Amino acid sequence: MEDERTFSDICGGRLALQRRYYSPFCREFCLNCPRLSLRSLTAVTCTVWLAAYGLFTLWENSMILSAAISITLLGLLGYLHFVKIDQETLLIIDSLGIQMTSSYASGKESTTFIEMGKVKDVVINEAIYMQKVIYYLCILLKDPVEPHMISQVVPVFQSAKPRLDCLIEVYRSCQEILAHQKATSTSP
Amino acid sequence: MVLKAFFPTCCASADSGLLVGRWVPEQSSAVVLAVVHFPFIPIQVKELLAQVQQASRVGMAVLGTWCHRQQEPEESLGHFLEGLGTIFSHEPWLQLCRERGSKFWSCKAIHRQVSAAPDVPSEDQVMLIFYDQRKVLLSQLHPPTVVSDHQDGDTMASTGGLAVVFDTVARSEVLFCSDQYDEGPVRLSHWQSEGVEASVLVELAKRASGPVCLLLACLLSLISAASGCRLWKLWPLPFIRSKLSTCEQLRHRLDHLTLVFSTQKAQSPAQLMRKANMLVSVLLDVALGLMLLSWLHSSNRIGQLADALVPVADHVAEELQHLLQWLMGAPAGLKMNRALDQVLGRFFLYHIHLWISYIHLMSPFIERILWHVGLSACLGLTVALSILSDIIALLTFHIYCFYVYGARLYCLKIYGLSSLWRLFRGKKWNVLRQRVDSCSYNLDQLFIGTLLFTILVFLLPTTALYYLVFTLLRLLVVTVQGLIHLLVDLVNTLPLYSLGLRLCRPYRLAAGVKFRVLEHEVGRPLRLLMQINPLPYSRVVHTYRLPSCGCHPKHSWGSLCRKLFFGELIYPWRQGGDKQD
Repeated sequence: MEDERTFSDICGGRLALQRRYYSPFCREFCLNCPRLSLRSLTAVTCTVWLAAYGLFTLWENSMILSAAISITLLGLLGYLHFVKIDQETLLIIDSLGIQMTSSYASGKESTTFIEMGKVKDVVINEAIYMQKVIYYLCILLKDPVEPHMISQVVPVFQSAKPRLDCLIEVYRSCQEILAHQKATSTSP
Repeated sequence: MVLKAFFPTCCASADSGLLVGRWVPEQSSAVVLAVVHFPFIPIQVKELLAQVQQASRVGMAVLGTWCHRQQEPEESLGHFLEGLGTIFSHEPWLQLCRERGSKFWSCKAIHRQVSAAPDVPSEDQVMLIFYDQRKVLLSQLHPPTVVSDHQDGDTMASTGGLAVVFDTVARSEVLFCSDQYDEGPVRLSHWQSEGVEASVLVELAKRASGPVCLLLACLLSLISAASGCRLWKLWPLPFIRSKLSTCEQLRHRLDHLTLVFSTQKAQSPAQLMRKANMLVSVLLDVALGLMLLSWLHSSNRIGQLADALVPVADHVAEELQHLLQWLMGAPAGLKMNRALDQVLGRFFLYHIHLWISYIHLMSPFIERILWHVGLSACLGLTVALSILSDIIALLTFHIYCFYVYGARLYCLKIYGLSSLWRLFRGKKWNVLRQRVDSCSYNLDQLFIGTLLFTILVFLLPTTALYYLVFTLLRLLVVTVQGLIHLLVDLVNTLPLYSLGLRLCRPYRLAAGVKFRVLEHEVGRPLRLLMQINPLPYSRVVHTYRLPSCGCHPKHSWGSLCRKLFFGELIYPWRQGGDKQD
């Protein structure tokens, strides 16, 4: 089963949430961030090149122009490879674990897998971000020594930053699976 | 709980047979290790499993049946496979089946001994997880889980979910030793069933490593015995040795080589990795050193260097003379105390004069010395760099002397001023109680103190200026030496072998796993592909960094500034030995 809905992030941008229900105990949530827009790319490139051209007319050194070109290219590559995240995926599998994947615009993927034994709970948290209060989904990890304590808080959808309505959707599904997991792991 | 069946991808095309592996009841997961093919005798299968279990300390069992339907479905085979469940009793009994022409598998887990309905076998939900047996076997999870070998396999199941899978596969290497060409009683299918994976070069290297290590260890012990000789403990030698970074570096390298060529086997994978890192670091170091050597000794570069060195030293001395003459006048329009200025300036000028004559005395021998020093590059680039750092320290000895004189003078003034300031306020420093007490001075004392205070205050700018200029020069030299030390440290500590392993065999260093959901059809079990998540480069460097030789400056920026202000001496070298004094 697969469906797609659109939500907005905290700044009002469009986000597409894809839900894939593979089976009752395996669900995937995929948040697609807006792509790199041509307008902002053009604006940044033009600014850098105009500034370089201004300096060039001032000092008459052609090194400045070639430096500006290489800075723009390297900056774009670095931005696409290390900063711009296109898609964030949360895969939750009953009795196995939770997997978070972020795909960068260049195709690089970074994956973190948290085993179910380490997960204490999945909650929605409030945080102060810049000048506003935002909500975010996070995974609470158990302390290996004391199982009742929380050792770490892992935020989910860190770059997309969806609004509360989207988070509630994901949260409900996660809680269903966690409840099923708790029920079955204690009963036998 | 959902039943998880870990199935090796290499067995997906194997013929029908029995699934052999380990059952982890805490997580209700079945780790399939191999498939036993027909025909077999049940007793022999059980014997083989008992042997493997004894060798690997992992609880082995027959987990179920594997049916690969290549031809038309045979009814009789299905019944036969079901019947096998009664011979090898296992709870739950897995029935994996792959049909011809279909990508989807069917998988059933049957519980036979359910108390409520003994006749009807109940079924569980099953999830199939494919894993690459070779990669899982060779990979090493980070952070490493501590598993003691003395305990039985089943007791360490509490170490954590997937670590158990990795551990089980790594321990049951005995099972993978037989390939399909063996004339054994039982035919198995696993990742090595096409033939055991081995390399002639690796085997030869393994054979050769023993004698080579023994020989080199003997040589190294001779060298360390020679360096431990009593002659080296005579008075000035240990002091000089502690100040020369070359000796530090040589000692460090000697330690490395002794560890690498020690005849003891590495106990843990981390130690093995450390040894390999050290060996690669030494080899790279020597290779770079040899390149430097060949560059230096080609086309008489040593002669050019020696010819250039003396004029440079002369030039530096001349520049210093100019600087001193400038300071003796009215530097930057400041009006100094003329008498003190002249005294200090002449003193330093005489010093430079001494230094120049010393350099000229040395100049005929410099080429010879440099030639011999250049030979030391075959010991490694780091040794050559350390020698360069020492040469810089020796050639800028006059700057160091100026700095020390200036700092001592300045320090004296600062302390004198601070104590006289206390006298001025009618207080004194109580040494016994380590605090400032009030004290009543008589008139003569106050008069003399105030007079001295005034003199010191008026002389302070002159001294402070000399101190400032020479401290800046000293800091320049220290920065250059610090950069050389950083470079040496980089070569010393970079774990090159681990980085190469991460680059070429990413699965060897695993940070964890990642799952990919394979194509899915309603009513069939979920299929996941387990892949190895490689360790990021930053964590590789962080985990496997070799210990540095400890030539770091140990003070922070704050304490450095404080020391500079109060005129205490700063040294670039702060070794471990200094703390014991």
